[in-house]
Order: sequence, then C-alpha cells, then structure tokens
Amino acid sequence: MLTLLVGAMLFATLGKDPLATLYAFFIMPVSDLYGLSELGVKAAPILLCATGLAICYRANVWNIGAEGQFLLGGLVGSWTALALLDAVGFWVLPVVLLAGSAAGAGWAAIPALLKTRFNCNEILTTIMLNYIGLNLLLYAVHGPLQDPAGYNFPESALFSDSATLPILLDGTRVHPGVVLALLAVLLVWLLLSKTFLGFQLRVLGKDAGAARFAGFRIRRLIWVALLLCGGLAGLAGVAEVTGPIGQLIPQISPGYGYAAIIVAFLGRLHPVGILFASLLMALLYMGGEMVQIEMGLPLALTGVFQGLLLFFLLACDVLIGYRIRFITSRPARVPVACAE
Amino acid sequence: MDIDLIANILFAAIRTGTPLLLVALGELVCEKSGVLNLGQEGMMLMGAVTGFIAAFHTGSIVAGVLCAILAGIGMALLFGLVALSLNASQVASGLALSIFGVGLSGFVGSNYIGKPLQGLGTLTIPGLSDIPLFGRALFSHDIFVYLSVLLCVLVYFFFKRSRVGLIVKAVGESPEAAQAIGLPVLTVRYLAVMFGGAMAGLAGAYLSLVYTPLWADNMTAGRGWIALALVVFAGWRAERVLLGAYLFGVASMLHLVLQSYDLALAPNLLATIPYVATILALVAMSTNQAKVKLHTPAALGKPFHSSD
Amino acid sequence: MNPHERSTLTANDNVYPLVLANISKQYPGCLANNNISLRIKPGTIHALLGENGAGKSTLLKIIYGLVQPDAGRIIWEGKAIDIVSPAHARRLGIGMVFQQFALFESLTVQENIVLGLSKKSTRNMHAVARRISDVANQYGMAVEPQRPVHTLSAGERQRVEIVRCLMQDTKLLILDEPTSALTPPEVDALFTTLRQLAAQGTSILFISHKLQEVQGLCDSASILRDGAVVASCIPAQHSTASLAEMMVGAAAPLLQNCTRTTSEDVYLRVTNLSLASDKLFGVNLQDINLSVRAGEIVGIAGVAGNGQSELLSALGGAQLCQRDEEIRLAGVAIGAMPADERRQHGLAVVPEQRLGQAAVGAMSLRDNGLLTGFRQGLVKRGILQTQAIDNFATTIIHDYSVKCDGSEALANSLSGGNLQKFVIGRELLQNPICLVAAHPAWGIDVAAAIVVHNALFSLRDSGSAIVIISEDLDELFSICDRVGALYRGRLSALKPTVDTSSEAVGQWMVGVFDGPQQRWPGSGVNSKQQCE
Repeated sequence: MLTLLVGAMLFATLGKDPLATLYAFFIMPVSDLYGLSELGVKAAPILLCATGLAICYRANVWNIGAEGQFLLGGLVGSWTALALLDAVGFWVLPVVLLAGSAAGAGWAAIPALLKTRFNCNEILTTIMLNYIGLNLLLYAVHGPLQDPAGYNFPESALFSDSATLPILLDGTRVHPGVVLALLAVLLVWLLLSKTFLGFQLRVLGKDAGAARFAGFRIRRLIWVALLLCGGLAGLAGVAEVTGPIGQLIPQISPGYGYAAIIVAFLGRLHPVGILFASLLMALLYMGGEMVQIEMGLPLALTGVFQGLLLFFLLACDVLIGYRIRFITSRPARVPVACAE
Repeated sequence: MDIDLIANILFAAIRTGTPLLLVALGELVCEKSGVLNLGQEGMMLMGAVTGFIAAFHTGSIVAGVLCAILAGIGMALLFGLVALSLNASQVASGLALSIFGVGLSGFVGSNYIGKPLQGLGTLTIPGLSDIPLFGRALFSHDIFVYLSVLLCVLVYFFFKRSRVGLIVKAVGESPEAAQAIGLPVLTVRYLAVMFGGAMAGLAGAYLSLVYTPLWADNMTAGRGWIALALVVFAGWRAERVLLGAYLFGVASMLHLVLQSYDLALAPNLLATIPYVATILALVAMSTNQAKVKLHTPAALGKPFHSSD
Repeated sequence: MNPHERSTLTANDNVYPLVLANISKQYPGCLANNNISLRIKPGTIHALLGENGAGKSTLLKIIYGLVQPDAGRIIWEGKAIDIVSPAHARRLGIGMVFQQFALFESLTVQENIVLGLSKKSTRNMHAVARRISDVANQYGMAVEPQRPVHTLSAGERQRVEIVRCLMQDTKLLILDEPTSALTPPEVDALFTTLRQLAAQGTSILFISHKLQEVQGLCDSASILRDGAVVASCIPAQHSTASLAEMMVGAAAPLLQNCTRTTSEDVYLRVTNLSLASDKLFGVNLQDINLSVRAGEIVGIAGVAGNGQSELLSALGGAQLCQRDEEIRLAGVAIGAMPADERRQHGLAVVPEQRLGQAAVGAMSLRDNGLLTGFRQGLVKRGILQTQAIDNFATTIIHDYSVKCDGSEALANSLSGGNLQKFVIGRELLQNPICLVAAHPAWGIDVAAAIVVHNALFSLRDSGSAIVIISEDLDELFSICDRVGALYRGRLSALKPTVDTSSEAVGQWMVGVFDGPQQRWPGSGVNSKQQCE
C-alpha cells in the first residue's frame, strides 16, 4: 500500500497524472484474458526461483544466485536443445528440461562446495557467480551457440518443435512451465511443513547452534537447500528459453533471479504467500512495460518499485512486531505468542 | 613481456583498484562497528548517477563529487533507519538497498545514458613521475588516486592510534559490553554506516566522472560486491585492503597480458576474470577459519537490542 | 525486622548515597520488581540476597540506568533523579561489575580500561598506564595492562572490571554474583579488597544467593523474593537456615537415595581425548581420561572457560574427535560419530545454553520436542508424525510439570526453570544409558532445581551413567558420587565426593592436581606456560 502511495507521488512529480499512471501500471495489463494469462507466464519463472530461494532462506543460506542459476539453466538447456536440433521425439523436451535443471543445480553446487568445504560466504560467491553466468551466456550467444544463419545477431537458432514447450491454451502463451511452477510450490510446501528434512532445514535457519547439538548434518542440509534451489532456478531458465522465447538470446532474464529474492520475502518464505507475491511481481514487470509504452516512462521504474517494496516490507515487519510487543506488555499475564 | 607493458599494467591496475579501495575502506569502517551493509553496490550506483547528473548540469566535478557523497550518505541513512533503528535483518536490508539502488539509479539516470562529460585531468607529481620505469605508473594519476591512498593511511591510523577508532572496534566486538560501560552504540554505528555511504558515493563518482567518464546502467558491474569480498580478503585491515584492491586491479588487467601473448580470448570470458579472482581470493582467505575469526568483528551482522 | 519497610523519606536521606523508594517494574507476564525500597549507607557492604528469578538483576539494571522503572524514585546523594543510561550512572559515580563480564576480548587490558574513562582523562596514555598500576597495587589486584583480555582467567577479568570502576571516582560499586566464577582463594582475595574499599568510604552493593558469603562479608542485607523485599536484616545476626527460609520459603527436600542400581559396567569411557577447540579463544582439550559406571553421577568442576564447553561438544558430538576410540559408550566407540548416531546408541545431552543449543526459542515446544526426540517414533520415512510429536511434547510437559500454555507455546516464552525442566524431560524420556548435562540447575529457582535434581537421581537409580559439568561446587557435592575438575583443558583425577572437600577441588580448579594419579606431565601450575 505504501509502495502504491509513494509510487503515485513519484508519478505526480514526473508530471504525469498519478491515477492514470497507476491504472496503466497495475490494471491495464490484466484487463483481459490474454493479460491474465501473460501474468501467469511472467510469474512462472519468478515463482520457481522464489520457491527455491524460500528453501534456502528458511535454512539461513543466503543464496543470492538464483539469477545465475537461472541463466545457466537457460544456457545449458539451449545448448542441449541445439545439440538435439535434428532429433524428433517426446523424449527430447524432458532431456532438455533436465539438462537445464541440472545445470542450475550444478551452478548452485559451487557455492555449496565453497561454503561447506572452505567456509566461503555464500552471499558473495553467489553474486560473483551471477556475473560469471551472465558473461558465459553472452559469450555463448556471441560465439559457439550463435545462429550461423542469423546475420551475426547475438542469438541462437530457433529450437526444434520437439524441444519447445507446447502451448496449453490457444491464443495465449501459457506453457507447461506454469504448471511445473505450481507443482513446485506444492512440493516445496510439503517438504517444508511435513517432512523431517524440511524440519531440519527450518531448525538450521532459526538456530544453527541448536541444529548442531541436535546432531543434524548441517553441511548436508546446506547442499540440499542450494541444490534444490539451483534446480528450480535452472528449470525456470530452461522453461523460459524453450517456452515463451524459443531460442537463446542475451536478455533471457530481466532480473528474475533478483526479483525472486523480493518475492520470497514478500511471501514470508511461505510457498503459498510466494505464489501471490510472484503474481504481484509479474504485474510490476508488465506494468513497467505498459507505462513505458503508454506514458513514455523509463522501464527502470520496475526496479524502483521492487526496491521500495522490499524496504517497506522490512520496515513494516518490524513496526508490526513492535506493536504486538507493545500490546502484550500491558496486561499482566498474556502469553508472548506473537501472531504473524 | 617488456617493462613498458608491466608499467602500463601497473598504471591501469592502480586506476582500476581505486574505486574498489574507496568502497572497501568505507565498508571496513562500517563492519568494524559490527554492521554488515550489503548495500554497497546500490550506494555506489546512486553516487555515480547523482555525481554525473550534478557535474553534467553544473559543469563542476567538485559539485558532482559532493552530490555523490551526499547521495551515498542518504542511502546509508535509509539503511541505518531500517537496519539500526528498526532492527531489521542487516543482510535483508542491505540486499534491499542494493536492489533499490540499482532500480533508482537506472530510473534517475535514464535520460543521461551516453551523454558526454569532460573528465578529470591527471595530477602528475613533478620529479617523481620522471623516475624511470615506474614513475609514470605510480605518480601521474588523478587526484582521487592520491586521495584514496591518503584515506587508507588515515583509516589505518584511526584504528591503530585513536580513541574513537578503539570505540568503533569495541562497539563491533560487543555492543552489549559497550553499552554497559556507557558508549553510545547506536550513534557510533550510524556514523560508521554514514562513512561507508560517503565512501561508496565517492567511489561511484570516481567511476562516472573520472574513470569512464559517462553514465550507464549498472556501470559499477559488481564492484560493490567485490569490495565486500575484499574486506574479508583483507582480514579487516586497511593496509591489506590497499594491497587487495590493486591486486584486483591487476587481475582485471590480465587481458592486456594475454593479448601481449596473442592469446585472444573472447571479451566476455575475459570479463569473468575479476569475479573468478574474487571467488579464489575468498577461498584462499576463508579456508583458515581460525585466522578469519580472529579478525572478524565479533558482533558483525548481529542486530543490537538495547536492553529494556 | 520489618518485612515491608516503609519508605518515608526523611531529611536523613541525604546521608545515604543511594535510596530506592517504592521501585516497581513490570515485564510481560511477570512483575519483576514490586514496590522495592532500600537504603545503602556510605562505607558499608550491603547484600541483595535472593534466589534466581527474585528480581535482583532487574533492580541492578534500574540502578545502573539500563532499564527505567515503571514507578518509584531513585534518590542519589539526597536528590531524586532519573538514571537514564549507564553513561549517566557512571558519571554519577556508580560502577558495576557484571556477572558476564562487560569486556572486549580482542582488546588489551589497558584498552578496555581506557574505553571506560572519559576522553579528557585519557589524553596522556603514559599517565593512564601509571594510574592503572597504582590503583591495582593499592588494592592488591595485579593486572598486566598490555595483555589481551582473551588470555585472562575469570578472576583476572573480574579484577580488570573492578580496576576499571576504581579508575574513576566510584562512590557505589555494584557486584553481580561476583564469586560465581572464582576459585575459593580468589574469593578470599576479592573480599579483602572489598573490605578495604568499604573502609575507605565506598559503598558496595553485593548481589548473591550464597548465604555463607553474605554472612561473612556484608554489613546489612535486603532479601528479595518474587520481586519484593521480604526482609531487611544484619546477616551476621541470623543463622544460615533462617536466611535460607526468608529467601526461598519452605522448600521440598531432595529425594533420598533409595534403590540404587550400581554395577561395575563402565557406560562411558573417555581415553586420552585431545581436541583442538573450534571456537575463537577456545580451550584445547588435552589428554582427558574419564570413566563413568552405570548408576553413577560424576561431576566435573572448574572455573568457566577451562574447557567445559569443548568437553561438552566432544562428548555430545557437536564437535567430532580425531579417533573413534577416544570415547566409548557402553563399549561402542563413538568418538568420530555424529551426534544423531550417538543418540541412537543411547547418549543424551543437555547443553550449556538453553536457547541456542538445547532449544530453538522461536519454535514451539512440540517442535522442540522433535528437535532431539526424533528417534522416538516421531518420524516415519522422513514424514513427520503429527500426533506422535504432540503426544511426546505433552508427556514431557505433564511428567515434569512444565508451566506453559500447552505444546504450541514458543520455547522463548518459558522461564529458564520451566524450559530447563522441558529440556531435561525431553532427554530423559529417551531412556538414555548415559546423560551428559551442563550445569543443570544454573539460573533456575530452587523449586525447579529440585525437580531437575530428582529427575537426575531417578535416572541414576534406573542404572544410567550421568556426567554433570558445572561451575557450582555446592551443586556437584550435593548430587555427585565422584568429582574432578577441569583446568586449561586438562582433567584432574576423579575422587569420591565423600573422600574430598570443596577446598581440595578448589585446588584442582587452579591446576594443582594432587594424588598419585597425577600422571600427565606438565599438568598443574606449570601448564600455564605450556598452554599459551
């Protein structure tokens, strides 16, 4: 809400009608069925990354590298798809998806190894791997994976039909990746709330000392969290290149991996919350494009909104926490159980 | 490899290392007080864009630098409000600051992409710069380079000699104990965070006003993050930050060396070298945990709840 | 003796450095201070006596400006004031020696002292160094200004804190449980210093729950119970028993030893255990030998920071040993076995910290039951068994009379005593053949301590082996069969408690290991040089 308010003021200072701009930003993109379906298509990669990040953050593993894992998923997925350009069959697509997913997990295995073996801070290593991943992708589209018949444009050849995700609903771009994302939400929710593994991850996040004394294998848990997250982010990447895009291009991610960090927090690290948060984030992306077209405002507006959102979230969380403490501190015998 | 090439690489390495040195010094002071501010990238970008815009309109580098420093401090205050006053997670707040800075700088600077700006000349130190071989590499830089070295010396003596430096260290080791003996924990941390912001702003201005000089989206290219790694690499010591910054500068200039051997690698692969070097440096430093723990401010990243 | 001393302020009050009038402080769920009034005369040692949770710490924090009272007045040297911060308190001349010392480990003694002084008085570092040694010599408290604090023992740290207070003009010196981390000789030295200070006109507020100390040292005492002053008296005029009754009220006795199952089976055997600490400024364990038989409680004494937490980590599996054979549990070598597998073989552990090691504060009691109880049928094929988890937590809460709002209550909403009962109950319900517990009764009230100790007795009587690591000699002597002491990572020989005295154990605690079993070269006082 605060974000909206500040957004409106921002528009006003830019000399645009704030209400009209907000309308263009938040309502126009989803005013028809196609818009709604696009929302789902845009939300899917963010959702996949954010559910993966939720596992990490629940375990207090600060993986900032969903972006890099996403890019690697897209890159290796594309490489596989191009290698199988002439192959036809139902098996091609699963192989491509698996390859992308494995690449994402592999990219996440690097910080896992560095953290468990060399005690390296995962925040810094994952960030560095994001930059390395981006440069590898750029290298690939300018070099080995460039379409020989593409007039030297930095993009790959179009994938074969066998390596492309089918459209599920006519007239839209809804692809099975959206379904996979929803499935991932369900599975991660089950993992975190119903299994002992999920319990161990949560304990590790809340109190590493207690996890150590309880005898949980902390290194193994860090590996699990990072590999799962990397796999999901990689899947998101490969689903993007084999789905809506259909080839490898330099801009396969407009910062989905970073946006997913915000989404994970906005959804309180809970898979269902993340589902809604990812829709909001998708709306921000679409709204950003919409106001660029309609109002001539820069696309970077989306980034401003994202940052604001996270800041307000953090500040509000704390303020709400204070209020609860304040209320409970008055009567004498009220349990200190704080509802979130 | 001939001597000229080495001198060239040294010259370029010092130039490239300077913004890293500036940010890392700021973060060093900040972390010494026990605050982990991951928002360096965002603060740097805001400094870069604000500095560029100010200099573009006033035509004055000085005005640009001042505005950049103010922008950095402003961003740092935002972080301080959330992470220090409201006691939100420092890691999350820092990330938010970086994401916010990337977005806001891109937004503010969208009309200035590619606009030209008159850069800053060099300040050649007469006499010294004429020293054969390395005279030019060491003594014919712009004023920022000398300033950054001076700041490094100041930070070194600040922690080595001054009472205030001692207070900062004490607050970073145990804010509880510091409060118990009557030290103003929150004030010290705010000032340290603001210093970090000012230095990041200055570093940003160096990039957009002197180093390139122009404004482009995300032009810091992860230098804020590398600086964070640099502080770890340097074991929270100012003199090692200086050394580390120039080493990274050399790593970034490696493509010059490779070219001299006719080893033409794709530019995108060359661009990964600083990041790979950062990871390797982290591995080298972090492996010896006992040593790292000895120098890490004990309360780093932990929120401080004043009792009551 | 007037149980509720009226606080009618008189003109006389300005001869007292400190008068507290009707101080109250309310915390969520507990009235920590209830209408407390007391006066401290100049040049006297006044005791604040009370068991854990009686409200002593809250009162201290109020006097030192860390916490503001909800009601009541503080009169300092005849003037009613609000003490707004520790800095303010120090300017007034109130000095405090904390139980968990407020020192900076990585800095030197001199730097620590300088930080506590005003800026003006530290301009000339040489003068400061001279004053430090003057003050230290005057009160017989040797400190080495250039030593880093992390190399100091607890007693030496306390001296640094006291010197820091004395470097400025301290009119009231507050000491919070100052003897809890000291060896018996250090306690004597401290008392000499305190008497000397009092004779020179400094008022001293001495916080303790140890009756003999208070009787031996203090001129007057206020006794706190449940947040209120229940009595003011001259401690020397009362018997220990009557003081204890005022402090605790009537308390249930400890269980008598009835049917004890003892056997010669050694359930826990530690052989030549050496382990480098993974903590910063930690203590390395050296050549620890220890065997505990079935049906026996072995106590390990020692001043804090002599390897207790490292020994606990090594036994519990939070840190693994180099070789499997270094620790054997009922014959099975478990030295390099991770903690969860050790549990499977019948080991249970009660770590030092309740929150942060034993329990997760932000999780419910049912989750905390699952934390170490996961081998009790609470998990099947990786899936959590909700019903079984609930039952497990409810059983603990019921069997060990844990006061809480059911199994969904968060662990950090419980008092220390109740959380400790929950943790002990959780470990005991797993029927361990060996239990390793760190200071099980630390910081909890007498009633909870009795529940905890009785639970340990019934575990012992059922034939399990128990190791208690504690700094509290009284506790060790009252519950253990054999006792030894840790000093700088080395363990003395174990002796039956009936054949030894707290004085003898006090000697072990400073490294003077006696007897024919002293078989490790370099142990004892000489190891001081070696260990550094």
